[in-house]
Amino acid sequence: MKGMTVIVKTISSWVKMLVFLFGIYIILFGHITPGGGFAGGVILACSYVLIMLAFGREYAEENLSLKLASKLDCTGALIFIGIALIGFLYGGFSFFYNFIQQEYLADKDTAFHLISAGTIPLSNIAIGLKVGASLFLVLLLLSAFRLGESPEKEN
Amino acid sequence: MENLEFYILLLFVIVGALVAVETKNLLSAVICIGAAGFGGSLMFLFLRAPDIAITQIVVEVLALVILIRVTISRDKTFISGDWELVGVIFSVGFLLIIFLAGIKVFDSLPEFGSPSFVANSELQDTASQHYIEHGVNDTGAANIVTSVILDYRAYDTLGEATVLFTSIVGAVIILRKHSRTPLEIGS
Repeated sequence: MKGMTVIVKTISSWVKMLVFLFGIYIILFGHITPGGGFAGGVILACSYVLIMLAFGREYAEENLSLKLASKLDCTGALIFIGIALIGFLYGGFSFFYNFIQQEYLADKDTAFHLISAGTIPLSNIAIGLKVGASLFLVLLLLSAFRLGESPEKEN
Repeated sequence: MENLEFYILLLFVIVGALVAVETKNLLSAVICIGAAGFGGSLMFLFLRAPDIAITQIVVEVLALVILIRVTISRDKTFISGDWELVGVIFSVGFLLIIFLAGIKVFDSLPEFGSPSFVANSELQDTASQHYIEHGVNDTGAANIVTSVILDYRAYDTLGEATVLFTSIVGAVIILRKHSRTPLEIGS
């Protein structure tokens, strides 16, 4: 698969950054507007899927390789667990304790601001990274997989 | 008849799902599933659940792309064969039982469009009432759904993320190109 026609390639090279930016917006504003880590992560994966469909699998794999995607996946999961463990150590041994909000932002009226809600935006970023990388990984694997080519034959 | 648009959407989703089951062409079946999914996301919007609607629509787009990608490369399977009478009778019977149970369930739900958690005085002390009243002060997040997902019930979200991680690991293991130790079949 070497990609589609020139029209599709041109349009998708314009659109891909907008889609990526929209995904980042959905993730960052997850605690104020509808959306969040899961939805934004899927949109991030969609921008890479667009690249893959328009330019072919090899081009997309040059941009974000299989190894880097799996590393990003694990990084997101580790950040999420790390936030939970910091909260666990910080206050009263309760898992997922929202320590930034409870300790530093409790008196200030920061609702509806971008920097508010303590650990919630950080968790959103971690989940978005994880979901986006893992869905991209699945599509990359599915497009590389062909029926009838057993792995033993290639060796 | 109020909520007429909602029932038209519901009919559209049902027809789309039925066509997806009945059609012979795999590609048109996939497209019908996509249409039904988009109708479902619109229905979530009618029910004032924009978070679910956004998630539904983006997952639907990605699933549609994956399914079309898989279908086009191997569109050779056609459903064929005769109807077996006993199987048809059994499946229609089961469907009837599930349908009757569903009517029972829908009777117990609150009426369509009524905000049951706010207005109902019997539920004053429940957890959902607490979230609505104290959510902004407790977590600082203006979006109550996010404050429930990532603060009050963050442990559930960790479980969801773990499920996703496990499924990805399974997909990577099954679909990888080279196995580390070559399989010896028949030895």
